Amino acid sequence: MEFFHKVTKYPFMHTRKVWYGVSGAAIIASIVLLFVHGLNLGIDFTGGVVLEFAYPQTANIERTRSALTGGGFGEVQVQNFGDEHNIMVRLLPHEGQDVNQVSAAVTAALKKIDPNVELRRAEVVGPQVGEELTNQGGLAVLFTFVLIGIYTWFRFQWKMGISAVIATLHDPLIILGFFAVTDIPFDLAGLAAILAVIGYSLNDTVVVFDRVRENFHSMRRSTPEEIMDASINQTLSRTIITSGATLLVVVVLLIEGGETLRGFSWALTIGILVGTYSSIYVAGALALDMKLSALDLIEQRKDTSEIDALP
Amino acid sequence: MYQFAKWKYWLVIIVLVVGTLYALPNVFGEGPSLQLSRNDRTAMDQAKADQVLGLLSADTVPVEASYLEKDRLVLRFADAATQAKARETITKRGNGEFLVALSSASRAPAWMRAIGLKPMSLGLDLRGGVHFVYEVDVQGAIEQALDRMERDTRTTLRDKRIGYTSVTREGDVVRVVLRNADDESKAMDTLRTPDGGVLLSSSQSAEGPVVEMRMTPAEVKRRQDIAVQQNITTLRNRVDELGISEPIVTRQAINRIVVQLPGVNDPNEAIRILGATATLEFRLVDENNNPYEAQQTKRVPIGSKLMMERDGRPILVKRDIIATGEQLSDASFNFAEGAPQVNVTLDARGGKSMMETTKDNVGRRMAVVYIEKKQLAEGERCEGQRSGNLCTEESVINAATIQSVLSSSFRITGVQATEGKELALLLRSGALAAPQSIVEQRSVGPSLGADNIKRGVRAMAIGLVLTFVFMAIYYRAFGWVANAVLLANLILTVGLLSMLQASLSLPGIAAVVFHMGIAVDANILIYERIREELRAGNSPLAAINVGFEKAFATIADSNVTTLIAGVVLFAFGTGTIRSFAIVMTLGIITSLFTSVVGSRALVHAIWGRRRRLEHLSI
Repeated sequence: MEFFHKVTKYPFMHTRKVWYGVSGAAIIASIVLLFVHGLNLGIDFTGGVVLEFAYPQTANIERTRSALTGGGFGEVQVQNFGDEHNIMVRLLPHEGQDVNQVSAAVTAALKKIDPNVELRRAEVVGPQVGEELTNQGGLAVLFTFVLIGIYTWFRFQWKMGISAVIATLHDPLIILGFFAVTDIPFDLAGLAAILAVIGYSLNDTVVVFDRVRENFHSMRRSTPEEIMDASINQTLSRTIITSGATLLVVVVLLIEGGETLRGFSWALTIGILVGTYSSIYVAGALALDMKLSALDLIEQRKDTSEIDALP
Repeated sequence: MYQFAKWKYWLVIIVLVVGTLYALPNVFGEGPSLQLSRNDRTAMDQAKADQVLGLLSADTVPVEASYLEKDRLVLRFADAATQAKARETITKRGNGEFLVALSSASRAPAWMRAIGLKPMSLGLDLRGGVHFVYEVDVQGAIEQALDRMERDTRTTLRDKRIGYTSVTREGDVVRVVLRNADDESKAMDTLRTPDGGVLLSSSQSAEGPVVEMRMTPAEVKRRQDIAVQQNITTLRNRVDELGISEPIVTRQAINRIVVQLPGVNDPNEAIRILGATATLEFRLVDENNNPYEAQQTKRVPIGSKLMMERDGRPILVKRDIIATGEQLSDASFNFAEGAPQVNVTLDARGGKSMMETTKDNVGRRMAVVYIEKKQLAEGERCEGQRSGNLCTEESVINAATIQSVLSSSFRITGVQATEGKELALLLRSGALAAPQSIVEQRSVGPSLGADNIKRGVRAMAIGLVLTFVFMAIYYRAFGWVANAVLLANLILTVGLLSMLQASLSLPGIAAVVFHMGIAVDANILIYERIREELRAGNSPLAAINVGFEKAFATIADSNVTTLIAGVVLFAFGTGTIRSFAIVMTLGIITSLFTSVVGSRALVHAIWGRRRRLEHLSI
């Protein structure tokens, strides 16, 4: 089977202004959403307590909530987790609370109304640790960008390096925008997924740029725009098939991975879609608008012969 | 046809065989087991193992496998019921000689274990267990040290009859105001410590000459290290007491301690036990009375206390306390002239009391008493004194003869190396500990852990089947090559993870699934190139060759970026995220090998030897 029997000839670069607009709008929307609405941050970042309980029968959310409110636990969120037997209790950190005692106290309060309840998972993160994880996460993303930028710079050329990094920067922003819109909790695993997406999206861009470099050598008569279009078209089949194959397994994770991996799987799914788009429409276009030309990629042959006056 | 070096075939075969061998133990799964260690912390040996097996066979408890591992005896059973029965038998008939921990052990055959093949080590979110991060208040430790410095200074000046107006603490400075210049120079000489940990500076003030003492930054760092180390020691002792298999207690960053307890179901119970505190007392041994007699008649001489040594022998100690753990500033183990010794340092107050006591008691013995205070759970027995649900247990950890008059620093000799190390550890853990609190706690119940494994394996199986079908339809015969390569890649990844014993978490399994997509990418790149070459009118064999050649650079380039992300993630991530990073990084390495070398070998073996190849199934 072959979806791309002939090499396609889509004029991707011709419409690049349109895609700049689309990407720009998506990025601005994401940033605005992040500021206005914010992320539903998991306790990894906010600090606090998350407890997961399992009941042998259908869990009664209302009873659980009323058992806990007024128990001096501060703000309590109770919701189903995965299926109707499991509930998740989340407490936000508040002053003067000894985090070490919270899980014991909540468990005791729930056992009082139903002794069959089972504590399946407890996560207690002090506000200090949450702050550190946030900082470390930000640093990790920053470091990845710097290292990847340096690598593409050396391996290709500075214009391509900068374009690749900008095109890749675009992906995590849109993923975060997606998390802000949907209110899906963003946790450490989600952050790990973003880093994986950065690597993955750049991987796509690198494949295109590899071809661009090759084509600048073989298509000397063509304009940079033609070369860019040809390169994207020649690699299009691979880009789409690989993304399809990866999306296939990531969607399996989304469906089968359970509640714990929900944020992680969503970040990967959105990341693969956006990453594929940005490698096709954004990275090449930026390099083109930075006036990438054959001179940037083809080494000038240096004249090493010397003339010296006779002594 | 094109040359394909023979050694590459061999390389592929050898790597695959070794990888499969390492991956193999994972196929057998795990069974319920018990891990036995000896109560007195000596190693389990074959004789003891036979004794335990004898107990079990007398009770007709069938044992599936038994072997010694890291000073412990591992017993594996067919099911949880047998495991429970065996535990009961051993606790009932073992005379309290063994610590029994519930655990699970691999069902892999004995020969695999014998050559060191082990299944992957599962993270806490898969096997169940608790994970704590303690934060040690290192500033508190410095405060304690400064308080001690202030007290010691006063004692020292008084002892040396140096006139002073005041000794005060202002922040991290101890300020001494002296009567006159003569006292000042004497004070400067006296207060200078031999190790140079304290900086002295003198100046003049309205009240008189002033000497200011502050700790050097190196000293502050050393004190913080000691404080954290001390708390780690105390936690390790507690954890040992829990008798669980493969616990982890390690330092993280400057002031954090990570404790991981696999298989522990109740985090609150663990917190309670780990929260026990210890202290020390130095007392003289009562050598005029017979401890065995006192134990039997239950009549303890006036002025003495009956205690137990660690090996269970009774000992009588005097009621008067010479010094306590609060006055202990350091204890370390080392060798002097080849003989092991424990060096003990007390503060000035403790040193003074030590000198006063020992000068009349040279030739007698001095005992070190280790006192533990812990909260009791319902139904838990207290070996010592009980008040409410607080239990105080005392034991004598060392009783040595006083050779000469001792002061604030002395050494304990005549101990075995292991005994000496243990003694130094216990001494330090009984010193005044820096306060610590739990800043992070994660626990996963065993049922959730099992669910996570089930989910992960299911996602992996479905992902694999879908990828297989997709590749087979899209690339036909070459698709099956890609599938074989993907399978080899999975086996190698699992083999590497088993070899490195890096713990696998749920995000780690997710990385394996995600990685399947990335792993087929290398093959897709190659096949697309081959198709391109075919379209350009090249012969099938030439197309294969050029396809592999040209795709290689792209594959390498594109994988480096993912590798960078993986390495950064590894450096910054902790716990479950680190597992994700490890799998991602290892996966890229294995997929580079399998797709570039392995895939080419396979393609060459199938198509490369044909004289005439008109058509490729791609």
